[in-house]
Amino acid sequence: MKSLQQETVAGTKSDEIDLIAGTSLWHDAWKRLRKNNMALSSGVIMVCLGVACLCGPALLGIMWGYDAHTQNLAYGPQPPSLQHPFGTDFYGRDLLVRVLTGARVSLSVGVLAALVAASIGTIYGAVSSYNGGLVDSFMMRIVDILYALPYMFLVIILVTILGKSLLLLFLALGAVGWLLTARVVRGQVMSLKEQDFILAARSLGTTSRGIIFRHLIPNTLGPVIVTFTLTVPSMILQEAFLSFLGLGVQPPQPSLGSLINDGANQMLVFWWTLVFPGGIMAIMLFALNFLGDGIRDALDPRMKI
Amino acid sequence: MIRLLSRRLLELVPTVLVIVVASFALVRLAPGSPFSSEKEIPAEIRQKLEAKYGFDKPLPEQFIRYLGNLLKGDLGLSTKYPQRTVNEIIANGFPVTLTLAAVALLWSLLVGITAGIIGAIRQNTVWDHAAMTAALVGISVPSFVLGPLLVLVVSLRLHLLPPAGWGDWQHVVLPGLTLGTIYAASIARLTRGGMLEVIRSDFIRTARAKGLSERLIVWRHMLRGALLPVVSYLGPAVASMLTGSVVVEKIFNVPGIGPYFVDAAFNRDYFLVMGIVLLYAFFLLFMNLVVDILYGFLDPRIDVS
Repeated sequence: MKSLQQETVAGTKSDEIDLIAGTSLWHDAWKRLRKNNMALSSGVIMVCLGVACLCGPALLGIMWGYDAHTQNLAYGPQPPSLQHPFGTDFYGRDLLVRVLTGARVSLSVGVLAALVAASIGTIYGAVSSYNGGLVDSFMMRIVDILYALPYMFLVIILVTILGKSLLLLFLALGAVGWLLTARVVRGQVMSLKEQDFILAARSLGTTSRGIIFRHLIPNTLGPVIVTFTLTVPSMILQEAFLSFLGLGVQPPQPSLGSLINDGANQMLVFWWTLVFPGGIMAIMLFALNFLGDGIRDALDPRMKI
Repeated sequence: MIRLLSRRLLELVPTVLVIVVASFALVRLAPGSPFSSEKEIPAEIRQKLEAKYGFDKPLPEQFIRYLGNLLKGDLGLSTKYPQRTVNEIIANGFPVTLTLAAVALLWSLLVGITAGIIGAIRQNTVWDHAAMTAALVGISVPSFVLGPLLVLVVSLRLHLLPPAGWGDWQHVVLPGLTLGTIYAASIARLTRGGMLEVIRSDFIRTARAKGLSERLIVWRHMLRGALLPVVSYLGPAVASMLTGSVVVEKIFNVPGIGPYFVDAAFNRDYFLVMGIVLLYAFFLLFMNLVVDILYGFLDPRIDVS
């Protein structure tokens, strides 16, 4: 209770300052996010992980000559040591390099798939809601029907049709994952389109397309970002799910899912082959979920669970 | 009530029809054929095979025939397992998957609601933070990491439960835990959020003023309001439990329907893929209907009809 009071006191103080400086949604959100220690530390973890994924493999390659693909059976599976902090896998490849490379694949597939999903969902929801009436009910009926289809099965069918390539993997994930964004955006646009600035835009002769892309969509950005940040971890999870089943990223290219699958097959003897990729995956999802929650609380305090 | 049910069921007819058409088109328009796998089949035998399954006829005719059989409850023959009908495969596997999902659901509701209640009535205490951190960890550890870890610790090191297989109750425990934990975590967060919404509302104050015991207030009054978001989450949760069981069935070698689906999608086993997708879609639609009706019972303000 005490800390709550202090918080509100601090809140009113900075609000007074902002009254003079003027405040925007993003400014407010950033201020709220900065107070959220867990979200901030998650952000820092994600930045570190991102940098490690980007530079780590190359760095390890230059310094010690490790790379994710070259096999060296003589180095067999070795437990973690100073030379190989995560140990080596069955084919004598350094596991740290492979986990970092795999995390990079997982992260990029997750972000790209979430981007695809957010774009499709935003445009679909905005168009549907702006047109209203029959168009709206037809388009939303399609969303309802897609909701009723088993999501993962659809992705599996798409993957078998499109072939197991990395490029098509995130397209398949994104192509099925846009339903939530579409619903959120539709709800937002429903109330936005009745407002005066839309009437003003229309009376100035702005085309429907202009109104949707220049006026409506930018105003739904807050909720879209919130759903986007929470979609990224779920996309990473689904990519790993597919790779675990052998449907996603194909060897020798590592991904966290396929590394975990390899590790699970030999965990009894070589425990580190499961524990390290699994641990990195869990840390990544944990941080992303926390960050997503923080961003949601910051952008829309009412949505707070 | 009966009128309401029959109307809702009638509304499902067009949805079901669209799902049948869409999945038929998706599966059949995919490149490849059920007979184009490893070894070359002589043209003569191929023709006979195609005639047996009716693939030699034009697609619209095949669709009409499929629809006719579907109305009779006949899902067709499997091409991968020539001796078995799709009905048989589903009748063998689906009860297993359903049992697994039921155990997972029970576990997630039990743990999730308990943790959520503790979090809400002890808000901002150590208990609350512990429960919610546990929930976030639960959300962040995917089933394919949790499952192998549980096998490693519980089965292989402590020898408490069998690591794989299917038969008696002991085989259900680990897969059920693995599948349910992630949903337990979400349910805990939803329950806590819902409880906090109602905890300060007037009817709770009235209940306190009437002198009701704290236990009665929590169980009868708060929980009822708090369960609304949980109930609406159950539809999608059960859906993703059923599809998520694909991975769990693989880890624990459970003879459910999941492994068949992945195989079938790869081998273009048209009727088996269609059968499983339709089965799951029907099940989801049914679940959503149940959730809608439950909603009306939990919150008298919502008019179901």
